[in-house]
Amino acid sequence: MISNNIEASGPKPKHLTIGRIGLYFFIITCALFFLMPLYVMIITSLKDMDEIRSGNLLYIPQKLSYYSWPKAWSEACTGFICEGLRPGLINSLKITIPSVIVSVTLGAINGYALAFWRFKGAYFFFGLCLFGAFIPYQVMVYPLLKIESAIGIYSSLPGIILVHTIFGMPILTLIFRNFYSSLPIDLFKAARIDGGNFLKIFFYVIIPMSAPITIVAVILQVTGIWNDFLLGLVFAGRDNQPMTVLLNNIVQVKFGVVEYNVDMAATILTSILPLAVYLLSGRWFVRGIAAGAIKG
Amino acid sequence: MNNSVEVKKLSFNYGNVEILKNLDLDIKDGEFMVLLGPSGCGKTTLLNCIAGLLDLDDGQIIIEGDNVTWKEPKDRHIGMVFQSYALYPSMSVEKNLSFGLRMSNTPKNIISEKIDKASELLQIKELLLRKPSQLSGGQRQRVAIGRALVRDAKVFLFDEPLSNLDAKLRAELRYEIKKLHRDLGNTMIYVTHDQIEAMTLADRIAVMKNGVIQQLDSPKEIYNKPSSLFVADFIGSPGMNFFNGKFVSSDNSFALNNSLINLNNYQFEHKPSDQTDIVFGIRPEDISVSDSKESIEFKIELIEPMGADTLIWLSFEDTPFSVRLEGSSEYKLGDVINIKFDIKRSSIFDKKTELRL
Amino acid sequence: MNFTKNIAAKIALLPMIIISLTVFVGCIIYSFVYSLTGSKLIPALNYVGFSQYERLFKSRKWDVAVENIFIYGFVFTISCLVIGFLLAVLIDQKIRGESLFRTIFLYPYAMSFVVTGLVWKWVLNPTYGIEHSMHLWGFTWFELDWLVNRDLAIYAVCIAAVWQGAGFVMVLMLAGLRGIDEDIWKSLSIEGIPKWKSYIFVILPMIRPMVITSLVLIAAGVVKVYDLILALTSGGPGYSTTTPAMYVMENFFSRANLGQAFAASIIMFISVVCILAPWAYYEFYFRNKEAKV
Repeated sequence: MISNNIEASGPKPKHLTIGRIGLYFFIITCALFFLMPLYVMIITSLKDMDEIRSGNLLYIPQKLSYYSWPKAWSEACTGFICEGLRPGLINSLKITIPSVIVSVTLGAINGYALAFWRFKGAYFFFGLCLFGAFIPYQVMVYPLLKIESAIGIYSSLPGIILVHTIFGMPILTLIFRNFYSSLPIDLFKAARIDGGNFLKIFFYVIIPMSAPITIVAVILQVTGIWNDFLLGLVFAGRDNQPMTVLLNNIVQVKFGVVEYNVDMAATILTSILPLAVYLLSGRWFVRGIAAGAIKG
Repeated sequence: MNNSVEVKKLSFNYGNVEILKNLDLDIKDGEFMVLLGPSGCGKTTLLNCIAGLLDLDDGQIIIEGDNVTWKEPKDRHIGMVFQSYALYPSMSVEKNLSFGLRMSNTPKNIISEKIDKASELLQIKELLLRKPSQLSGGQRQRVAIGRALVRDAKVFLFDEPLSNLDAKLRAELRYEIKKLHRDLGNTMIYVTHDQIEAMTLADRIAVMKNGVIQQLDSPKEIYNKPSSLFVADFIGSPGMNFFNGKFVSSDNSFALNNSLINLNNYQFEHKPSDQTDIVFGIRPEDISVSDSKESIEFKIELIEPMGADTLIWLSFEDTPFSVRLEGSSEYKLGDVINIKFDIKRSSIFDKKTELRL
Repeated sequence: MNFTKNIAAKIALLPMIIISLTVFVGCIIYSFVYSLTGSKLIPALNYVGFSQYERLFKSRKWDVAVENIFIYGFVFTISCLVIGFLLAVLIDQKIRGESLFRTIFLYPYAMSFVVTGLVWKWVLNPTYGIEHSMHLWGFTWFELDWLVNRDLAIYAVCIAAVWQGAGFVMVLMLAGLRGIDEDIWKSLSIEGIPKWKSYIFVILPMIRPMVITSLVLIAAGVVKVYDLILALTSGGPGYSTTTPAMYVMENFFSRANLGQAFAASIIMFISVVCILAPWAYYEFYFRNKEAKV
């Protein structure tokens, strides 16, 4: 209580309230909970098996040991093949890069056509396409596999790229359409009056303005496709298995001694790329989430 | 008459920028005070400081004899009406009005009594069950005022409540606020950048610039005797005409190139010395068509009919200026007319200090 | 209608139209048709009526899968929304290091489900995991054997999923909170409404669209859950954490029981429609109607 009220002058004296302390206590506790698995993952990968068996999960390693990393990278076994995660990295890159390029391009064209060149029925198909985003993969996996077999690309690189393009299309079309719809329509009208056609306006007016949404879309797709497991498992074929599938195979291997440090090193290796993208892109990643969730 | 609100030596900084500088302001009980100024002049900051929404850096605020400098907004005897009205969109009008009371566990019968009284006064009885989204701009404003009413606020604060509206509605709501002030008699502090609102509503206007009150006076005084070039320029539409020239003390006149205007009828507050750079200001309505011998001949360069008035544009020694004539006047472009300045109603400023002479 | 009018746009949207029709619509029809057959290893059109569905509903494993998806769906959705909202509110309190906290709460969302599953599998490991740590610290009564407990394993899945998804909800809610008109807060402050009451009675109703969007996105994700469980429990112990998605995948790829898989996938599809329909109705019909008033 302020007893001598008449004297009150200048800034209100600040004191740390119990609420404020509680707030920080709670949020720091939450942060520790969220960080704990990452921390455990890292320290486990730096311990040797003796320490893992005898020591405390949450303690930092007494003796650093790095052998789990090269082992996870190039020696860990999935069944009878012992090549580590390395082939998975190459495969993941071979899948992710073309898939991102193709799907983002398609999304941009779709969004552009829907935002500026509406024709009767276009929005019916757009609705259908959005609806597709909610259909569980399991409903589509088998028939899609049949379609791909029929055209001869099942279990191949083009096969998995096509699948990622298909399943990325709804969200990408949506965010590009929303972005283009937010551009001033007068710009488009002016371009029309200057004689631009569908392609010219797209190349000379729209693409130069698309940088922000393209960054968002690329981040969304890179992390999404890199992290995919199910589609890679079914459609990529044995020779093109992405990192996530290999990781699961390495960790879930049913025979031999389980080496938790190798498992954790492999897990970290698999998540380095999406984590790096997340940390480096920061606000763009968040924008991607918001862009995907806000409907136009 | 007692002071309702006293602001003493108030300073407010934002980072290293001084927004309000050692500002004093006394507002009388029942007074309608308008804080007027361009954006960034600190008027909204001042209002927020009075409301307790911003923590001041120095000084005191006293409301209804209570030093509220360190008090929470709710303990300051104030109600506030915002630019966006800030009605709670999910609640009906009735719930909007009673929300604060319900949250402080006011007995039900008292709540309904207060809502009855406020809704009667504001004529929103038939709107009580509607949602804010179903109300017109004027109705929203009344609900926002009603929210302050049910709190028994002694002082009403208005933060540019009309600036989002179109011209017609604005005039309508201005009238309503004025009427409400007449009926309630509460102290009201009203922030705006619109000088017409300020002129029509205020008992007194505080014209602000860069965190300092430039002039604090009745609308009439401010209009007729602006204390500085800034105030003279800011108030009035169409604006005051200004001519840059020199003072000639030998024959007490204003000299612009080869022309002289005699200033014998002007009441100087401070007489300038010879050859001082001065600004001669005169409002368009203080210039009249006349055939008397002091009149000067001009050719009409532009005509702007405005309905009730007609504005004609002339040039005096290459400085364009406007003259306000009756709407019925029938002059044509290129006509030559004789006009006369009403020197008694003009304003003269020191060019360097920009203050009234 | 002139078909050649706006022909460029029509050509440009052709891939979208073809994919929507063949994949999204076509696959559902295909699955439904074959769910009425007795297909085993390869799809065959030997119609058996709805007997695949009858078998499905009689299957003990399917029962467990459905029960699991309800527990998982309920616990995960509610926890995610509550924790996500709470985190958003905390971050909205003008705290120091806001962006650091936001980064920490969201990073799990950038990770693969497989990674999430494997990490939590290790953390919850009954021999060397958290339980072991607690024992070493002297809390010998502490038990965290969920992964090997048939009744609790599904809750372990929930923890991992909330860990991954709460940040996502937080981002959406925070976007909603940041969109609140500053005047509303000032008004609440003048009326002297305590913060927590403000959030519950005024702010939460105002960000209702964001809450509903989060709810729908999360709920639609619930039905799909597959990778996470595969990595964390492989459906075990026994088949105690199996889900409809796993049931479908198993029947497709390891049990060569296509008819069953199709029937189960159609049930999954119907449940998604049941989640989406009221939302779509609200979004596109009710809202438009409200806007017109």
